[in-house]
Amino acid sequence: MKNEEKPSSIGHDLPEEYVLEVKNISKSFPGVRALNDVSFNLKVGETLALVGENGAGKSTMMKILAGVYVPDAGEIIIEGNAVSIGSVERATQFGVALVHQELNLCDNLSIAGNVFLGREPRYRHLKKVIDFDKMNNDATEVLNRVGLHLNPSIILKELPISSQQLVEISKALSINAKVVMFDEPTSSLSEHETEQLFKVIRDLNQNGISCIYISHRLGEVKEVADRVIVLRDGKLSGSLNKNEIDRDKMIRLMVGRDIEKMYEKRHLVTDKVRLQLEDLIVPKQARFPVNLSVRGGEIVVLSGLIGAGRSELLHTIFGVDKSWGGRILLDGKEVTIKKPVDAIHAGMVLVPEDRKLNGLVVNMEVDNNIALPGLCDNLSKKGFIEKRKVAELAERMVQKLDIRLFKTTQFAESLSGGNQQKVVLAKWLAMNPTLLLLDEPTRGIDVGAKAEIYKLLEDLAQLGVAILVASSELQEVLGIADRIVVMCEGRITGELDPASCSEEDIMKLATERLV
Amino acid sequence: MNKNNRMIEYIRSMKRIGGITFLLSLIILVTAIINPQFLSSYNIRNILRWTGLFGLLSLGAAFVVITGGIDLSIGSVVGLIGSIAAYLMVHAQWPVWVVLIFIIVLSATIGLIHGLLITKIHMQAFVVTLCGLFVYRGLARYLMDDRTQGYGTGFQSVRFLASGRLPSAFWTDGQAPKFILNWSIPMPFILLLAIAVLMAIVLNKTIYGQHLKATGRNECASRFSGIHTDNVLIIAYVISSTLAGLGGLLFSLDLNTVQPSSMGNMYELYAIAGCVVGGVSLRGGDGSILGVILGTAIVRVLYNAINVAGVSTQLEQVVLGLVILIGVAADEVVRMIAAQRKVRESMILAQKALEKSKQAET
Repeated sequence: MKNEEKPSSIGHDLPEEYVLEVKNISKSFPGVRALNDVSFNLKVGETLALVGENGAGKSTMMKILAGVYVPDAGEIIIEGNAVSIGSVERATQFGVALVHQELNLCDNLSIAGNVFLGREPRYRHLKKVIDFDKMNNDATEVLNRVGLHLNPSIILKELPISSQQLVEISKALSINAKVVMFDEPTSSLSEHETEQLFKVIRDLNQNGISCIYISHRLGEVKEVADRVIVLRDGKLSGSLNKNEIDRDKMIRLMVGRDIEKMYEKRHLVTDKVRLQLEDLIVPKQARFPVNLSVRGGEIVVLSGLIGAGRSELLHTIFGVDKSWGGRILLDGKEVTIKKPVDAIHAGMVLVPEDRKLNGLVVNMEVDNNIALPGLCDNLSKKGFIEKRKVAELAERMVQKLDIRLFKTTQFAESLSGGNQQKVVLAKWLAMNPTLLLLDEPTRGIDVGAKAEIYKLLEDLAQLGVAILVASSELQEVLGIADRIVVMCEGRITGELDPASCSEEDIMKLATERLV
Repeated sequence: MNKNNRMIEYIRSMKRIGGITFLLSLIILVTAIINPQFLSSYNIRNILRWTGLFGLLSLGAAFVVITGGIDLSIGSVVGLIGSIAAYLMVHAQWPVWVVLIFIIVLSATIGLIHGLLITKIHMQAFVVTLCGLFVYRGLARYLMDDRTQGYGTGFQSVRFLASGRLPSAFWTDGQAPKFILNWSIPMPFILLLAIAVLMAIVLNKTIYGQHLKATGRNECASRFSGIHTDNVLIIAYVISSTLAGLGGLLFSLDLNTVQPSSMGNMYELYAIAGCVVGGVSLRGGDGSILGVILGTAIVRVLYNAINVAGVSTQLEQVVLGLVILIGVAADEVVRMIAAQRKVRESMILAQKALEKSKQAET
C-alpha cells in the first residue's frame, strides 16, 4: 500500500540509503528479557541475515517489526520517518511483511483466498463483493514469482506443507512490501525449493526490496546474505559484512564460546538392544514401515525437516497414536502399546514437543506438575494424594535438575522456557524410565539451559537409559548423537555416524524425496 | 484447467450435500412406506412451514457456528420477541410497520451486546449466550406478566407472512384451482429461501463471508492478515439474534397464542442440530447454506415422521437424538475410512517409487 508521500528513486540520496533503521529496541516478557537495546539498519535492496541461538530474540525482533508486539523502548525509522508500527495493518501500510515460521494460513480457503486474505480485490461498483476472477489472476502472477505453478482456486489443505510455505511467501510478496522478513523459511523446503526461494530473494533485491532473513542453517546464510547480524541472549553481539561471513565466526558470536564444550560424550553404548521397531506403521502421515533400534546407553537422534514424520513416529511408539501394524519390542519382548499408559508401564516416557501445550499444565504449581504422572502409583493412598510425598519428590527433582525457582508451589508458567523444560523432564524422570523419548527438547530455550539439558541426557545415558531424540538443530544433532537417523516424508532415508558426517550430509538425506 | 478444477471442487463439496440428501430421502421413503399419508399435500405443507420457521433460526446459528462460536440464546430471543411483537400490536396498538422495525432493532441490539461481550470483554460465547438464555426468558415472562399473548382474528395482512401461502393467495376468496390450492408453498418457506439465497451470496461471494470462514478456521492468522476479527464476530452474533427475532415474530404470528414462559424453549438446540446435521462443523470454518437447510429439513421431517408413523410421542426425542447421532457418526466413520484408504494407497505408491529409485541405482 503506497501511503508514503515520496515515490523517490531508490537509494540515491543519502537519507534514504537505509529503508529501515532500528534504534535501541528493548522488549521484555514475564521472566525473560527478550531484547535488550538492539540497533541495526537495513539498506535498500540488500539481504540482511539475522542469526542467533533459539531464544536469542530473533523472532521477537521480527514480530516487533511486523507489528505483532510493541517494543518497551526504542525507535523504528522507515525511510527516514520515525514510526510506531503497533499493529499488523500498520506494518502492511509501511510496507513491512513477515513470512511466518509457523504457517499462518487458513486451510479451508483457496490459495488465492489466503494470498489476498484481508485485502481481497473487489468489484468497482460492488465494494463488498469479492472479484474472484481478478483475485485468481493476481494470485497466479505472485505464485509464478515464487515458482509455484498451481491453480489458485485449489483449497489450501490439499497442498503439501512445502507448497503451503510458498503460499505464505506469495502472501508477503503480494502486498508490494519494501521489507520482507523471512523467519526460518526453509525449515520445510527441499534443496530445489530452497534454491527457488533464493532466486526469489535475489529478484526482490534487484527490484529494490530489502529482505531480512532468519535461519539456523548457516550455510544458507552464507549463500544468501549481504550482511549478517548476530543476536545473543537478546543483545546484538556482532555484525559481519559479506566478505567476513564465515561459519565459525558466526558460531562464536552466537554462542560466545566454543561450541564443542556444549557437548561432552562420556557414556558408553551397551550391547543390549532396548527398543526395537519392526515394520512399525505410523498412522496418518507416514508411508513406510519403520525399522529402528536403540540400545541401552545410546543416544539416537532423529533428524529431518519439519513434516518428516519424526514426531509422528515418537507418538506412535508412545501410544499417543495407535500404530497400524508392525511390532514394538522392548528388551527383546514384544509389547502392545495402545495408549500412553501402556508405554509408561513398559518403562518409557515421552517429553513432547510443545511444552506449553502437551508437556505442562502451565497454570498448575511446579510440584503438582512433577507429581502428575506418578499420582496413581506411589504418591497416593486409596485415591487420596499424599501431599508430603509430592513435596518430597518435587524438592528432590528440583535439586537434581537444578531448576531455578522461588518455591515449588510456584506456577509453572512463571518460569523461564529453560526451567519449564526442566520441569517437564523432572516430571518424567521421576518415573525412572529405561527408555526416554524426546521431541525437540531444546526448542526455544537459552544456551545455558541447553547445555544443562545435554549434560542431563549424558548422565542418563551413562546410567544405561536408552534415549531417542527428535531434533531439527543440526549442531545439536551432531553434538549429542551416537547415531543419527534421518527421515524424510515418513521414511528413514539413512543412518549417519556423527563422528564422520557433516550438516550437508544430513540435509542431503533429509531432502531425499521420492516423487 | 481452471474450470476443470472448479468442477472437482464443486463435486467434492457436493459429496457432503449428497450424503445429507440421501439421509433425508431415506427418512421420507421409509415413513412414506409405513404411512402413505405422510406424502399428502397437507402434511408436506406442514413440514415446509416448520422447516421455514426453524430454518431461519438455523441459518442465523450457522454463521455463529462457522466462527467457532455458539448461540444458546436463540430460543429465549424467539420467546421474548414473539411476545413483545404480539403485545405491541394488540395491546399497545402500535402501527404494524413500527413494530416490525422495533423488533428488528431490538433483536439486532441483543446480538450486538453478545458480540461486544465476547470480543471486547473476552467472555466465552457459551457463557454470554447461556446468560442470555435465562435473561430474555425471564424478561419475557416479567414484561408479559406471564399472560398468554395473541392476535385474535385481526392482523390478517401481517399474519400472512407466517400463515399465508403462494401462489394460491393470488386468487381471492379461495377461487384457486384445487391443485394450486393443495400445493401452494407456505410463506415461511418462501421467506427462508429468499434469506438463504441472500446468505449464500454473503458467505461465498463477499468479503465478509471470506473473512468469516477465515476467522472461524484460524483467528490468529486472520488477525495477522489485517482482518478486524472482532467486527466479523460481532456481525455474526447480530445476524444470529436478528434472524432469531424475525423467527420469533413469525412463530408468534403463526401460533397466534404466545406463552412467554414456554414459546421457543429448546429452539436454540434445534437450530444448532440443524447446523450439525447439515455439515457445519462446531470447530469452525466449515459449512454451507444448502447444508443447513437440508439439515433443518431432516430434523423437521423426523419429528413429523415420528408422529405420522405412529411412534409414541414420548419417544420422539429419543428417535431424533439417535438419528442425528447415527447420521453424524456415519459421516465421521466414512471420512476416517476414506482417510485410511488414501494413506494405504499412498503407501503402495511410495513403495513402488522406492523400488524404482533402487532399480535406477543398480
